[in-house]
Parts: sequence; structure tokens; C-alpha cells
Amino acid sequence: MNLAVRCQNVVKVYDTGGQKVTALNDINLDIIAGQLMMLVGPSGCGKTTLISVIAGILDQDEGLCELFGENLLTMRSKDKLNFRAKNIGFVFQAFNLLPSLNAAENVSVPLIINGMKRAEAERKAITLLEQVGLGARWKSLPSQLSGGQQQRVAIARALVHNPRLIVCDEPTSALDHETGRNVMKLLKDVALHKDRTLVIVTHDARIFDFADRIAEMDDGHIVEVKGNARLKVKG
Amino acid sequence: MNHIALKMLMGDTGKYIGIVMGLTFASLIMTQQPAIFLGIMSRTYSFVTDVGLPDIWVIDPKVQFVDDIKPMQDTELYRVRGISGVEWAMPMYKGLLKARLLDGTFQTCNVVGLDDATLIGGPPVMLEGKLDDLRRSDSVIVDIDGASEKLGKPSLIPGGKPVPLKIGDNLELNDRRAIVVGIAKVTRTFQSQPVIYTTYSRAKSYAPKERKLLSFVLVKAKKGQDLVELTRSIRESTGLAAYTQADFKTLTYEYFMHNTGIPINFGTSVLLGFIVGAAIAGQTFYNFTLGNIMQFGVLKAMGTSNWILLRMILLQAVLVGSIGYGLGVGLTALFGFAMRHTILAFKFPWQLLLFSGAGISLICAFAAIISILKVIRLEPAIVFKG
Ligand SMILES: Nc1ncnc2c1ncn2[C@@H]1O[C@H](COP(=O)(O)OP(=O)(O)OP(=O)(O)O)[C@@H](O)[C@H]1O
Ligand SMILES: [Mg+2]
Repeated sequence: MNLAVRCQNVVKVYDTGGQKVTALNDINLDIIAGQLMMLVGPSGCGKTTLISVIAGILDQDEGLCELFGENLLTMRSKDKLNFRAKNIGFVFQAFNLLPSLNAAENVSVPLIINGMKRAEAERKAITLLEQVGLGARWKSLPSQLSGGQQQRVAIARALVHNPRLIVCDEPTSALDHETGRNVMKLLKDVALHKDRTLVIVTHDARIFDFADRIAEMDDGHIVEVKGNARLKVKG
Repeated sequence: MNHIALKMLMGDTGKYIGIVMGLTFASLIMTQQPAIFLGIMSRTYSFVTDVGLPDIWVIDPKVQFVDDIKPMQDTELYRVRGISGVEWAMPMYKGLLKARLLDGTFQTCNVVGLDDATLIGGPPVMLEGKLDDLRRSDSVIVDIDGASEKLGKPSLIPGGKPVPLKIGDNLELNDRRAIVVGIAKVTRTFQSQPVIYTTYSRAKSYAPKERKLLSFVLVKAKKGQDLVELTRSIRESTGLAAYTQADFKTLTYEYFMHNTGIPINFGTSVLLGFIVGAAIAGQTFYNFTLGNIMQFGVLKAMGTSNWILLRMILLQAVLVGSIGYGLGVGLTALFGFAMRHTILAFKFPWQLLLFSGAGISLICAFAAIISILKVIRLEPAIVFKG
């Protein structure tokens, strides 16, 4: 079994003007490549902090976090940016599309960051939009799309550069139940395959059944990692 | 990424217009006010430029600028003529006299008396009549602006425009008759009074009786004569002041610079325009960056380097700067064009483009730097914050 993410004794303390908050307290977690891992737990337990560390956009204070065998903490900042640009896709609760770019332009952003020419990137973006069922809407601005459609554009954006890891923070929270399940279906069917791992933070118990494994957090700890019914339960 | 930067900028139409308007305003003030200032300042010495021909102006040593007349005795003319290196030296009278108009009102005029024989120092452009007509008795030449405005005859319709003075019309200068024999074009002077040309001897008869009436001695140097050298020998042998044409212009210009509130007034306007423009543009640009901070965060999380983000912000600043600058300078040019036939002074040399360009660049650099600092310090982890 290949590991996508390996966290050992990860600690993160936020220091806001003398007041210290331990958001991650000795986290140990392995995420298996090609699986969909859900991070669940009560508000404030550290889920967002943990995926930020995993995605390399936040540095932990202690411990080791390896992404596909690489330690991002010790990388030169330029290499780290390149690593993120190539290997990670992001999906957000509030979609975070660039409001003045149309759907195709939004989806092409990761390719452009990776140095692809605009015209080629936009062509590729349109094929991705077709995969998420929005091929006809490539010219639409985010404001002209529904929430579910915007999230599908965001998923196309997270996929377009073929990253090995996609991190999603509450991807369905801003959507109604039906739309949320459709978004999850899309993530599971289109985004997930043997070379791509998904880490999804969620509160939404109604989508737990999409997970391969679920890590439950509380107060900066991993309380329990459960396999889905089909899988062996792991401790 | 440039394309994304531009779309980001123009996608937020309200803020985009705000930034451009701030910069337009700043560049307008920074060109229009100095243009008026330079226009006014160039008028202070326009009389010297108009006279043109002489190399050297000999005047009373106490004179501070061209309109500051301290008359000399006529005998000074002969002393100057006696100095070696002088090709010729001519007298000139310049003074403010009251002209009585047809309707009985009075108007102060700038009367210029030219050497009777040569008429040297006459108006730069004759529109009607000839300079030689001044040899006829009681003749005067009037400048076109004075003739059509302040010296004009009462309108036939009440409240209408004055009827311009024409050749053959009469004036009264100090109870003596003056007949218009020509209309001239002169460069507007600082005080903008009507200018009346006549001969030196006639000007003396118009002027109130005084012992000294000689305002200037105009000197032409012999060919090959060093002018600075000549001014020195004139000063030494007469005890008078002698300036080359350029020096006399500078003397006049400097007097207005140092002894009037004009430079301070305009300087203050320019500075205020700069500060207000910088504040508006800097503030709106920074707000624009703050408003888009999540977008910058997303780009950063996805692997965009600070260097590229910096270039994006600079591009945005350069774009709004160029548009604002272009609009501001364009409005100033339009203003100058609209005012070209009015009394308003306006001078727009190319150096002014550089000056305002530098000002706008400074504002944009300032706006860009505060935004860039904000974005460079930005933690990409904010992307997951609601
Ligand atoms: N930038 C920050 N500065 C200071 N404290 C922070 C910061 N971000 C998070 N925290 C604190 O760290 C703890 C964990 O926050 P985190 O956002 O990871 O929780 P979460 O599990 O994602 O919560 P939620 O479900 O509400 O999104 C909380 O107590 C939070 O207040
Ligand atoms: Mg969270």
C-alpha cells in the first residue's frame, strides 16, 4: 500500500497576541494513496489546520508530515511552490473562483501557473468542464452559475493539472443535500482513481458513505480512524 | 498571469473607475496648474521678448523688473552711444498713462515711445497699417486685444460687446489727441493693459512733465562684440545697469518668483493635487487589493510565487497609472485648447509631461508597494478561512 500522506507527531500552535491555541496536538495519520479520506469532528477541532499542513500551505511547529515521501517543511520555498502547483488541487467551501474570469479561464489557472500557454490551457479546461457536465457553460462567469455549478467548476479546476492529491474543505456545506451528493458523486467518480488521493473535511454526516476511510478528530487529536463498511477497520 | 491580473482589475468596474479617476485628477492638477503658472510667468517678460532686436537693455540700477520703470535723463543715451562696442543705442519710453475714451471713461494704458528716426522696438506683428505711419502727426498704434476690449467704443446695443477701435479713430492721452494709424499684435503681458505705441518725442508730450523720462536705452552691440564684456563697460562708464536680453528676462522672472505669492499659490495647488490624487488612488488601489485578497490567496495556495504576484500588481498599477495620466494630460491639453483665445495664460512645454509623469509614477509606485507588501505577507492558509 502506497502512502499519500504520512503525519507523525504533528503539532501546530497558533499564537495570537500571547494567547496560544493548540490546534493540532500530536497528530499521527496515514492516508493511503488512491483512497478518499474524510476528516470529521466538531467545530474548532483542527480539521482545517490539518489539511492546510497536509497541503503544504501551513507549516507545523513540530513533527513530520510527508506528502508522497517528500517533507515540504524542509523544501526550498521555490520547490515547495512548484510541488504544490503540480501535485495539489484545492476545493473550497465558498468555491473561491476568480469572479472576473469565466469558467474556462478559472479552470485554466492551475495550468497557467504551471507554465502552460493560455490558449492551450483554456482548450484543456473546456474538456475538463465537459467531464463535470458544464461543457456548454464555459463562457459563464461564476456569478452566472448556481452554487452547485460553481463547485463543479472548482472541481474541474482542482483536476485540470492532474494532481496527485486533492484537498477539499467542506465542499458540500454551501449546497443543498441533493446538490451536495451530486458534487460528492462527481468527486468520487471523476476525481478519484488509483493515482489520486482525496482528503475531504466535512461536517456533513449525510455524505460519510462516500468515504473509504474516516478520521475522527477532537480537540487537536485523531480520535479514531474507521474504514468504511467494505474495508477493514484500522486503529 | 498578466491576463488574469488585467481581468481581475477590470472585473471590479467600480473600484477600477475610482482608481483611474483619482489618478486622472492628480495628473490633471499636476499639469494644468503648472501650465497656467508657466503661462503667467512667461507673460512677466513678454515685453522684453517682443522688443527682440536689441542685445542689451540699459536701465536705472534700481529697476527690479521690466514694468518697474525708474526713468533716466535723456543725456544717458548719448553717454551709452559713446561707449566702444556699441553699434547703436536707441531711447525707449514705457509708462502707464490714462487714455480718455469716447464715452468719457478712462483706461490706463501701457504707452511705449519708440525712437523717432528708426522706430526700433516696435510691435512684433502689425495687423493693420504700417509701423512707418507713426511718423504722421498725433499717430499711435494700438494692440488688437486693447483695441477690441478695454479701448473699444461703447456698443450700439446696450450691454453688447464694445465696438473695436479702428484706424482713423481718436483717443485722448493726457488731454492730447491721438489718432489710431495701425493695429498690432503683441504678446499678452502680466498686467494685460492695452498697449499703445507712438514715437519717443510724442510719448514724452503725452506723459506728465518730468525731468527724467527715458525708460530704457536699447543697445545693439557691434558684430563680434562680447555681450557680457559690453554690459560691464556700460555699467562702469555710466553707473547704470546693463543686462543682456536673457538676463533682463531672468531678472524680471526672478522678481516675480521671489516677490509675489504666485509660485507659492500654484505650488500649493500642485502639491494638493498630488496629495489628494495619491490618497484617492493609493486608497482605492489598496482597497481593491484587499477586496481581492482571497483571490491572491488562492493563487498563492495553488503555487503562484510572490514574484509573479508582485508583477501582477505592478502591471495593474502601471495600467491604471497610464490611463489616468493619459486622461489627465488630455484634459489639460483640452483645457489649454479651449482657453487659447481667452485672456488665460497657459504654457505646456514637454518638461511638464515629464514632471506630471514622474508624479503619477510616484503615486502608482506608492499604491503598488503597499498592496504588494500586503500580498507578500499573506499566508496562503487563509484560503480555507470562511
Ligand atoms: N489563524 C488562526 N489564528 C489563531 N487561531 C486559529 C487560527 N486558525 C484556527 N485557529 C484556532 O485553531 C483551532 C482549530 O481551528 P480549525 O480551523 O482548524 O478548526 P476546524 O476543525 O476546521 O473548525 P470548523 O469545523 O469550525 O471549520 C480553533 O480553536 C481555532 O480557533
Ligand atoms: Mg474548518
